[in-house]
Amino acid sequence: MTTATPTIPTSLLHAWSAIFTVAALAITGEVLIAAAMRRIGDLDLLRERPGFLGYLGPVRAVLSSALFLAGALCMALNFFAMLYTLSIVDLSLAAPATASLTFIGNAAAAKIFLRENVDRRRWLATLFVCVGVALLAQ
Amino acid sequence: MKHTLTPQRYLILLAVMLTASVGDTLLSRGMGQVGPVDLHHLPLLWHALFNPFIASGIVLLIGFFACYMTALSWADLTFVMPATAFGYVVVALLSRFWLHEHLSLYRWAGIVLIVCAVGFVAGGPSRTEHQSSHPDLDLMNSGAGR
Repeated sequence: MTTATPTIPTSLLHAWSAIFTVAALAITGEVLIAAAMRRIGDLDLLRERPGFLGYLGPVRAVLSSALFLAGALCMALNFFAMLYTLSIVDLSLAAPATASLTFIGNAAAAKIFLRENVDRRRWLATLFVCVGVALLAQ
Repeated sequence: MKHTLTPQRYLILLAVMLTASVGDTLLSRGMGQVGPVDLHHLPLLWHALFNPFIASGIVLLIGFFACYMTALSWADLTFVMPATAFGYVVVALLSRFWLHEHLSLYRWAGIVLIVCAVGFVAGGPSRTEHQSSHPDLDLMNSGAGR
């Protein structure tokens, strides 16, 4: 009788393709959502009245944004892609690898597509987070 | 131009860090009680929703998403990202002190690096812009003229 193992034999290319797909979907989703929120503006300023009902304005603005809906779709696909990846790759590799790739990819995408000023301080922070996440996975 | 954060916005960032990490920890603890779920026992997932740890975790993760989007409405993605990364530190500390898991030296080093990263970014502006042809509008948007 064989014991259950967390991974099944898989090629390195297959595993890394799955990891890159997860990261790409996360980056696309987060950049689309960030672009949507930047276009919508400060949600506090959209509150029509004080109290709970005042949140209807921001919720309506967010849910009617095509950019947000596209970003949410990417995040949903990212969730299922991550589930698939976890079925073929160990969590100890998948989690830090996707997190690190997503952090670096987000910084590059934010500079290119959102035109954020990603200065040396932010690149350094991104690098520290990547290494930190990798160490946490040890 | 430098955008500074109000105490209320720092609270939103704190909520981003805490809700994600505490929510994940609650889900982990709840699924530990429910047990492994495979394709042949998918209805177990429905029962899992009624586990108090999982239900609380889902509520916290919904709160996380709301706070995350609120933060993105006034801060750069590259500013909010390290804040969410701080959640890894909170998860590690929760697993050490609440779930009584062992934290190796590597993990403590990872925690120190992420704390440094958050410190780097928190010292800078929350939103950066490209050169604008309307500096007066930028001044108004920053709230400096209020």
